[in-house]
Amino acid sequence: MYPIIKNKIFLLRDAVGLAKYIENTDEFIPYGNGRSYGDSALNDNILYTKTYNYFLDFDEQNGILTCQAGVTLGEILEAFVKRGWFLKVTPGTKLITLGGAIASDVHGKNHHTQGCFSECVEEFTIMLASGEIKSCKRGDELFHATCGGMGLTGVILSAKISLKKINSAFINQTTIKTKNLKETFEAFENYKDIPYSVAWIDCLAKNEEIGKCLLMVGDFANDGNLGYKSKKKLSIPFNFPSFALNSLSVKAFNWLYYAKAKDGVSKQRVGIDTFFYPLDAIENWNRIYGSGGFTQYQFILPKEQSFEGLKEILTKISDSGKGSFLAVLKLYGKENENYLSFPLEGYSLALDFKIEAGLFELLNTLDEVVVKYGGRIYLTKDVRVSKETFESGYPQCDKFREFRREHKMDRKFNSLQSKRVKI
Amino acid sequence: MSYVLIIGAKSDIAKEVARVYAKNGYNLYLAARDSSSLEDLKHDIEIRSGVDVELKEFDITSYDTHEEFYRSLKKRPIGVIVVSGYMAEQTAAQKEWIETLNTINVNYTGALSILNIVANDFEKERLGFIVGVSSVAGDRGRKANYIYGSAKAGFSAYLSGLRNRLYESGVSVLTVKPGFVNTKMTENLELPQKLTAQPQEVAEDIFNAQQKGRNVLYTKSIWMLIMLIIKHIPEFMFKKMSI
Repeated sequence: MYPIIKNKIFLLRDAVGLAKYIENTDEFIPYGNGRSYGDSALNDNILYTKTYNYFLDFDEQNGILTCQAGVTLGEILEAFVKRGWFLKVTPGTKLITLGGAIASDVHGKNHHTQGCFSECVEEFTIMLASGEIKSCKRGDELFHATCGGMGLTGVILSAKISLKKINSAFINQTTIKTKNLKETFEAFENYKDIPYSVAWIDCLAKNEEIGKCLLMVGDFANDGNLGYKSKKKLSIPFNFPSFALNSLSVKAFNWLYYAKAKDGVSKQRVGIDTFFYPLDAIENWNRIYGSGGFTQYQFILPKEQSFEGLKEILTKISDSGKGSFLAVLKLYGKENENYLSFPLEGYSLALDFKIEAGLFELLNTLDEVVVKYGGRIYLTKDVRVSKETFESGYPQCDKFREFRREHKMDRKFNSLQSKRVKI
Repeated sequence: MSYVLIIGAKSDIAKEVARVYAKNGYNLYLAARDSSSLEDLKHDIEIRSGVDVELKEFDITSYDTHEEFYRSLKKRPIGVIVVSGYMAEQTAAQKEWIETLNTINVNYTGALSILNIVANDFEKERLGFIVGVSSVAGDRGRKANYIYGSAKAGFSAYLSGLRNRLYESGVSVLTVKPGFVNTKMTENLELPQKLTAQPQEVAEDIFNAQQKGRNVLYTKSIWMLIMLIIKHIPEFMFKKMSI
């Protein structure tokens, strides 16, 4: 965990209590299940929303579910997979709240076919700085500022989302093993009609092997087997000593995953948790990074610049020897209209780094490359990006700032991150 | 499918216990004062799990209504879980008798009143389970909350005796001793978070322990060790301590 700060927590239980809290609190930030990697949900005052978690309505005919914002995606799956429904969009963890999913406008393996989480949001209610509760829909400025707005426009209270019909709790997966970045890009293009795709990249590969990966693509099976039980969790019970994650062990880990896959193309049938949420199976997996914690760095580059940019960045990382436990590459679809949503059409890479001396210097040099190629950094993962780097990636940030000022949101809703990048 | 009766259904722990039992296919009777305020929870559980949830008006301190209440349930429950609890602020309870009395009545007298009726019925049928949510505070009286603690101590002793009595009839009795839990009851206390459970965790622990027919459950489990130590501190030392 990084950073660790002390704060005052208020539990969200009802709208009346929340209105009073807003009135009596200088500034605060809503906090869901604490799965944002950086400081986007941290401040001296925190509104804990997970206590606000009633399911409110389900329209069986159309698969429209209404829940309070503190419900987690995992709770939704637990209730609905067995009845043949799944989330239209899910990120790589189900341990996040509905409110958080909207505030980060999260995306998943199907971004290239389905877009961001906001695509499945029909409507939501939100309490503003004035204490007024507003309901909004796509097309409203409040909707486009709030989806991806990092909790800085108000407190999302409830949302109506549409679910996707499935006929199996299993996924037919194809794994493609590539030898370099060029092959990786070709593979993404070749398989782009398949709804779900993601690649694991070996970050420590050198020279002509840079960008070699395992690309995993898949879609739901059609076998009528809807048996789903959340996997039993392994737990990492203590922080690993920090030497555990040196570049040697990262190499070993990457090799394990890379070597496990057969050469070329292979096929598997896997469950929902294995396919969508591999890391949820290990509770506290971040502890392998030791007590100093870790951070994630995720950026995206426009498609035309992706090849050059990624090559440059992967080379820098490989040269630095600062290993990443996970490096996830994905081709994204079209950008949406939300002011601060992360995705745009191009390639995104997400990497974990152990917090250590020299890391932020390395990330700063990576930032320069991202800026040079017209890319952006994902706020949900970020803990250190500069105002300038942020602004260069998000051309609508001034509109967002203006909207916040106009509705006095900037006086109530702030995180350490929002103060750092001055939104 | 069978019904589980939850007494004191408005508490944060009860709410999660209800969700866990529903998730595992049990229908529910949720009993509490002003039970209409549980409409949202009923609805929530019905959407999540598709089980039947009935709200029942119940006042644990109106002892003479308990017999009639239990007989009015349309189907005999397979299990009864008493979660009711009232924790008066210690200094308030020291000064105001009504606070002390209320603590005793909710945590002890009322719980016994309803469980006597349930126990007689389950014993006759030779079927069912009983769960009583007591507290680690009942393991040893401390100056910080001995009035609440003594009521819970009485309840724990009652459950122990009841387990002994009902063993013959195959009715299981589980005593639950939560340590710190993040709930409305403890919202204003500064709790050491490493020793503090979430209500969801407590509920899962209760379900698993009950299904396995266990006798006493400390949750989080570290509390078994903590209380073992606290119970063994000699009285001449203990009386000088502030813990």
